[in-house]
Amino acid sequence: MSTVTPPLPYRVAETRTETADTRSLELVPAGRELPPFAPGQYAMIYAFGVGEVPISVSALHGPYGGLVHTVRAVGAVSTALHDLRPGDTVGLRGPFGTGWDLDAAVGQDVLVIAGGIGLAPLRPVVHAVLDRPDAYGRLGILVGTRTPGDLIYQEDVERWRGRAEVGVTVDRPGPGWQGPVGVVTTLLDAFALRSDRTHALVCGPEVMMRHTARALMGRGLAAQRVQVSLERNMRCATGHCGHCQLGPLLVCRDGPVVGYDRVERLLAVREL
Amino acid sequence: MSASPDLYNSSPSASSGLVLDKDGMVALVEVLAGRGFTVVGPTVRDGAIVLAELKSADELPYGWGVELEAGRYRLRERADGAAFANAAGPQSWKQFLHPAKVRQWRADRVGEETVFIAEETSTPRYAFLGVRPCDARAIAIQDRVLTGGPHLDPEYRGRRAGALLIAVECTEPGGTCFCVSMGTGPTAPPGCDLVITEVVDDDGHRFWIRGGSQEGDEILAELPVRPADPATCAAARAGVAAAEDRMGRTMPEGDLRELMAGTLDAPRWDDVAGRCLTCGNCTMVCPTCFCTTTEDVTDLTGDHAERWRLWDSCFDLDFSQLHGGPVRTSPRSRYRQWMTHKLGTWYDQFGSSGCVGCGRCIVWCPVGIDITEEAAALHDWTRSEASGEAP
Repeated sequence: MSTVTPPLPYRVAETRTETADTRSLELVPAGRELPPFAPGQYAMIYAFGVGEVPISVSALHGPYGGLVHTVRAVGAVSTALHDLRPGDTVGLRGPFGTGWDLDAAVGQDVLVIAGGIGLAPLRPVVHAVLDRPDAYGRLGILVGTRTPGDLIYQEDVERWRGRAEVGVTVDRPGPGWQGPVGVVTTLLDAFALRSDRTHALVCGPEVMMRHTARALMGRGLAAQRVQVSLERNMRCATGHCGHCQLGPLLVCRDGPVVGYDRVERLLAVREL
Repeated sequence: MSASPDLYNSSPSASSGLVLDKDGMVALVEVLAGRGFTVVGPTVRDGAIVLAELKSADELPYGWGVELEAGRYRLRERADGAAFANAAGPQSWKQFLHPAKVRQWRADRVGEETVFIAEETSTPRYAFLGVRPCDARAIAIQDRVLTGGPHLDPEYRGRRAGALLIAVECTEPGGTCFCVSMGTGPTAPPGCDLVITEVVDDDGHRFWIRGGSQEGDEILAELPVRPADPATCAAARAGVAAAEDRMGRTMPEGDLRELMAGTLDAPRWDDVAGRCLTCGNCTMVCPTCFCTTTEDVTDLTGDHAERWRLWDSCFDLDFSQLHGGPVRTSPRSRYRQWMTHKLGTWYDQFGSSGCVGCGRCIVWCPVGIDITEEAAALHDWTRSEASGEAP
């Protein structure tokens, strides 16, 4: 006899509206608890009867001590998760995948670059660096979104301004927007990058990550000093379903966080 | 060329083994059933040699051969009455070890609570009678994929742990076979509980049988066998050696993994995409293709949900679906994914090739796409690129 381990029930302790289509859910165990997550790792979150999606953890400890995941309503499952209310239950499996390699960045500058909801998997990195300011050099946080209204964690970002070098740019400014306009790589000019002692952690749409990595490398940063978090279809998260392949990589197992030196060539191949 | 002697000498039985006749084969199935096994083996059904539960060894495909070509499968009667002189059929053992549809767990909403219920199934103990060397290697490959990593597939592990493998060496390869190119046949690999080589000649119809495990030896001890005579051993070895020289297909020379990694932009992918229907037949019949998807269902009350796992295919458009659309939209990219994974990136992921040269994908492709022909075309393209000629 053999059994597949089902998800563990977690209760929604709090929901927080981030943008028009994006919400953060703080999840606390309804019974047994999953092992601890590291920044960059993800959970498979099950919406009752609808399905399961991989979502990176966006805070390790919310106000209720639970795991926070930020969900954008783009498909059936993510919409069902987005629409949950406090007290509702989800199923959770994890932690899965590789986390951000922060050990490599100890004693060095950390440059976080996010596109849109790509800031979610990077927020635990910001927390970790701000928790141990002496362990790292400068902290840069560069965020690009489509419009000012698409910026998630607006209060957090304002708080970070005093403690890190923060830049936010938008593709399409709205009324009242005083900040920069343009793609996120334009913010690099304002960050005095020390290419021999900086680690860049990048998350966003694949095209944004490719352009950002290229811009960083153009400024002298070695590819292995750039980490990216990849997104692929995932069904099992355990390396058995085959959906998340990117050439030689099983993103669920070998990722989602990988050194750019491992994927530069792969991401250049269309429809790989 | 002779069959590798190591395999036989590694057997705990005497290297000369034992001989079983046709009645002995009947006894083998009875002994297996008596030990509580569900015996599965080849049998003729619906115009093909399929794998099904055998009540008696009489159901084996005695007197049936197959004619295999790209996109073509035909049964042919054999005058010699051999049971195992036929190459791979449409099915493989994965349908028993890694079933096409499995319920993984259930979830019930009871008031405010959600309860997840693990699926508790009792797995039959299978005895697989007539596992081809290529298919035995395919099982070893799925072992690595599904139980060799940090996460184990418990469903597979449970089914596999109880399974008894009775290999039959190949003496009659099909027109689409290329196990020699892949190093996966026609001799049986280590790790099988029993190994059989069928001999039909002037001295009669008999099976040279060797034990490969303690359980295999115990089963042998219950069978009406006689010590193998040198003539039977020699005839068996000669039959397997001759099979090695009669492969219907070959892969191009050289490192296939490198070939796949170096040809991602080859124009040949457009050519094959013009023929490929993206039906996924090749993935269904492949003995190593393991991909699955999940399906979540609820009953009419909405309070009882089930998680099912089903075979999936990388040829399906939804396979690579992300919120912005599928990663691999073109047929070109989907065929390339299948073939480069099978022959190339499988090494990176699981430490070996994913192809065992059984030829099923060639036979069951409705338009007769031949993986060996595609590999050869990529090989030729690489060479013409290297020499600066137009492809």
